[in-house]
Amino acid sequence: MEYEAVIGLEVHVQLKTKTKAFCSCSTEFGNPANTQTCPICLGLPGSLPVLNKTALEYALKVCLSLNCKIQEYTKFDRKNYFYPDLPKNYQISQYDLPLALGGFLEIELETGDRKKIGIHRIHLEEDAGKLIHTQDKSLVDFNRCGIPLLEIVSEPEIANPQEAYQYLISLKELLKYLDVSDCDMEKGSLRCDANISLRKKGSLSLGTKIELKNMNSFKAVRDALSYEIYRQKLVLQKRKRLSQETRLWDPKKEKTFPMRRKEEAQDYRYFPDPDLPVFVIDKEKLKMLKASLPELPFEKKMRFLKEYGITGSELDFIVSERQIADYFEACVKIYPKPKTIFNWIAGPLVSELNELKISFRELKLNPSDFIELIRMFEDKKLSNIVAKEVLKEMLRTEKKANQIVEEKGLLQISDKDILSKLAWEVISENPVAVSDYRSGKINALMFLVGQAMKKMKGKADPKLLQVILKEILDK
Amino acid sequence: MELNRLTAHQLLELIKVNSIESQEIISFLEKRIKEIDNKLNAYVRKDRTVDVKSEENTEGFLKGIPISIKDNICTKWLPTECCSKILEGFLPPYDATVIEKLKSYGAKIFPLKTNMDEFAFGSSTENSYFGPTHNPWNLECVAGGSSGGSAAAVASDEAIFALGTDTGGSIRQPASFCGVVGLKPTYGRVSRYGLIAFASSLDVIGPITKDVYDSALLLNIIAGYDPRDSTSVNIEVPDYLKALNLDIKGIKIGIPKEYFVEGLDKQVKESLDEAISVFKKLGAECREVYLPHTEYAVAVYYIIATAEASSNLARFDGIQYGYRIKQKNLISLYKKTRGQGFGQEAKRRIILGTFTLAHGYYEAYYLRALKVRTLIKNDFDEVFKEVDCLVTPTSPTPAFKIGEKIRDPLKMYLSDIFTISANLAGIPAISIPCGFTKNNLPIGLQILSSPFNEEMVLRVAYNFEQNTVWHKIKPKL
Amino acid sequence: MVKSKSNSITIKTVNYIANLARIELKEKELKIFVKQLKKIIDYINKLKELDVSDIPPSSHILKLKNVLREDNLKESLPIKEVLKNAPEKKENFFVVPKIIE
Repeated sequence: MEYEAVIGLEVHVQLKTKTKAFCSCSTEFGNPANTQTCPICLGLPGSLPVLNKTALEYALKVCLSLNCKIQEYTKFDRKNYFYPDLPKNYQISQYDLPLALGGFLEIELETGDRKKIGIHRIHLEEDAGKLIHTQDKSLVDFNRCGIPLLEIVSEPEIANPQEAYQYLISLKELLKYLDVSDCDMEKGSLRCDANISLRKKGSLSLGTKIELKNMNSFKAVRDALSYEIYRQKLVLQKRKRLSQETRLWDPKKEKTFPMRRKEEAQDYRYFPDPDLPVFVIDKEKLKMLKASLPELPFEKKMRFLKEYGITGSELDFIVSERQIADYFEACVKIYPKPKTIFNWIAGPLVSELNELKISFRELKLNPSDFIELIRMFEDKKLSNIVAKEVLKEMLRTEKKANQIVEEKGLLQISDKDILSKLAWEVISENPVAVSDYRSGKINALMFLVGQAMKKMKGKADPKLLQVILKEILDK
Repeated sequence: MELNRLTAHQLLELIKVNSIESQEIISFLEKRIKEIDNKLNAYVRKDRTVDVKSEENTEGFLKGIPISIKDNICTKWLPTECCSKILEGFLPPYDATVIEKLKSYGAKIFPLKTNMDEFAFGSSTENSYFGPTHNPWNLECVAGGSSGGSAAAVASDEAIFALGTDTGGSIRQPASFCGVVGLKPTYGRVSRYGLIAFASSLDVIGPITKDVYDSALLLNIIAGYDPRDSTSVNIEVPDYLKALNLDIKGIKIGIPKEYFVEGLDKQVKESLDEAISVFKKLGAECREVYLPHTEYAVAVYYIIATAEASSNLARFDGIQYGYRIKQKNLISLYKKTRGQGFGQEAKRRIILGTFTLAHGYYEAYYLRALKVRTLIKNDFDEVFKEVDCLVTPTSPTPAFKIGEKIRDPLKMYLSDIFTISANLAGIPAISIPCGFTKNNLPIGLQILSSPFNEEMVLRVAYNFEQNTVWHKIKPKL
Repeated sequence: MVKSKSNSITIKTVNYIANLARIELKEKELKIFVKQLKKIIDYINKLKELDVSDIPPSSHILKLKNVLREDNLKESLPIKEVLKNAPEKKENFFVVPKIIE
């Protein structure tokens, strides 16, 4: 019997407002426990919530970008349940009138085709605190408590683990374009739960739904789903029944296990939060927000393809982050050679940034300064190696290229006399390589070029040097 | 002169000519409390020495006059326990907005808090963890509730004036039982920030005072928009004292027929009739009006109030503050702490409220109650198209005996029948003294008006008060 | 769990509700509550007399809408004040019994 999977994803993203959803405490990550708390986010008796305007705007931007129908009238409800990370023992969330319903996210399949995955609903709520489990106690930190959290629930229209992975990639790309979330799974600013059921291929009825939690990366989501399909198939093939349950992904064992904490039948007793009057999102407001949206990844891709002729994985890379795309475009404006600029960004610049552990967002290098460097290279004033060295220096010292080149005397040497002299020196010092070359080992020539470059600390023009060496050796 | 017997405005007059230190007034109050509060129990935690840094500005308008605060309003580093075991020792790290305002106006926050029904759940102050407050007019009777402590303290000159809170009558009913003035402002008029919530859509903070003038004076200070309370309304606050200068000639007073029914005490009815004749004498027009959904108010109230309370009180779980019964298992910690930390009435209401919100019951109870609330509100909207204010008894009976209703919760709930509607509709209402029973128990008269029309309520009340003697009579203790 | 929609206040229902509310009730309390709640529910069932199908619910009595605040940072409480009331604390944390995930 053939089975097919029905997958839905529930993504929680923290919005990167300066302050929490309902109080003015900082949302900054990584500070000492409970130092970003106040009577409101601690849920102290008597305190009251007031919604953060920016949180609502960020949330609405996401809804608009996901093609959702924004509800004209929306409200907050209390979701009542007891847990120590929830200081009021209710969460301010949204129940029957969420911000938005019914949108879609377009993803790219491996085949290159595009597929629309339906968005069921999007609502805004407050994040809970964090629990740290020690040997015999659990410790509670409320710094995270109250950070605005957007819940984005997909329709169960995802057909396989790879699609789920693509959905997450596209969603993250979009959220980062909107600049409303860090989407950092390690820091918990993006979290994803999945539900999956199997049914006979072609059947319309749904199988037993299993909820999956504890996936800490997109890859983990994909792996957990793959494992679940495998596991559920085994059970079904034995003609056994699956029990509806929540399972946790164990990344070390690469398996899912039923959650130990028994989930009781939930009865959240939702009711409208009497502390928060309703919100009416009028058309004017939506128009303004729509106008403020940046160009989204898909549109940008199409435009880059047309305007710059970048394709395939190169295109994917350049639009993967809004900051990279913006940087690229700024450079192309000054120096209209997209291909060259792409190579410089995707190659040396990215690898330097990785080494320095800084993101594009933090990049201080001016596009015009970057172009100056590229021009020096293109004009053969700098060798490839030296140019990379200069870039490194520019990023570290924030000096301009010509200043560094001048200070260190790094201009490329293309003087034929100097290079001939150098070639002769290298030939006389490396008799083995010379005889190798002459006996037909062409690679030996590159070795000699390398030796010469080393002597000149990379400043020699390698192409010219190669020509000169070859001329001498072939004589 | 016994300074504790004066009103705030009398003290202010006195301070103009004589310098009186805040501490002098406090000494008089402390002396009085020492003499009689073992009989009344209007204040709680009297044995505790409170160590508060005096940061008060006694230069402000109120010149250091002390004000007594109900135990459910947060006072920074002063115990605020809602007279519940579960909040044992809770020291708020912040002041409620009303407290901030009072301090900025030069009030001195009296360091003892006033007694109340636990979490304001009750109409008699018998549900206090610290024991009931006794009525200053008859120690065998209740002081009313839930602000029984504030009302009894003001009535017996243990306080100059006080703050209470009103969710279903908790300011007005004890004011009427103790023969003082209690004002419930419009919902949204006074910030709830720092008021420990019972039912968030109904709760209001208001003054309990010896006369109407003090009520207006105190409202002037505490009213106003607060950006920390999403339900506080950003409209201008008038000078309520100015409203007192106006007479009531030609004012249209409605007498709702539904309030004069079976169960209304004969003596209360007689006092009301007399009061109406006073209003007529002062030139007001009195006519009968109808509030057809009145009979549903108590049911609506007990659904909405307990539902909200069940959620508001979920936070009392022994994790961050208050009482905790140590357990190895989290759920038993919750259950034991809450099982033993809450009193009977609190548990009863939490259970009732949880029930009405539970899956399968929400529509039948909670949602339906919200709809009937709309009908009740509509009744008032209609009536205020015809009349300027309404006059009713505050409570169907005078103060009842301690223990008389405590075993029958429904009977107790029904004693709020005349006060609850004002909370459901969010409108302002005041209770002022309008007579005494043969047994010398005070009777209260309630005046209600349209939303944000506290001026009308105060004006009518003041005119009545200035033409009667009831507010001048003090209990003998 | 709660099935019947009529007034079905039984020991079982009250137990279920008490568990939702995380309140441990003694046998005796339970029995009294069942009796009292029955009476109260009977009373509030009075509302069923009314036809409210066309009436909008008033979850807020004021016609307020869109109450928002600017995203401006304010100082948090000092950690000492945060933990001042804690029944059990360790370093910067509140402490609770160990929770099994």
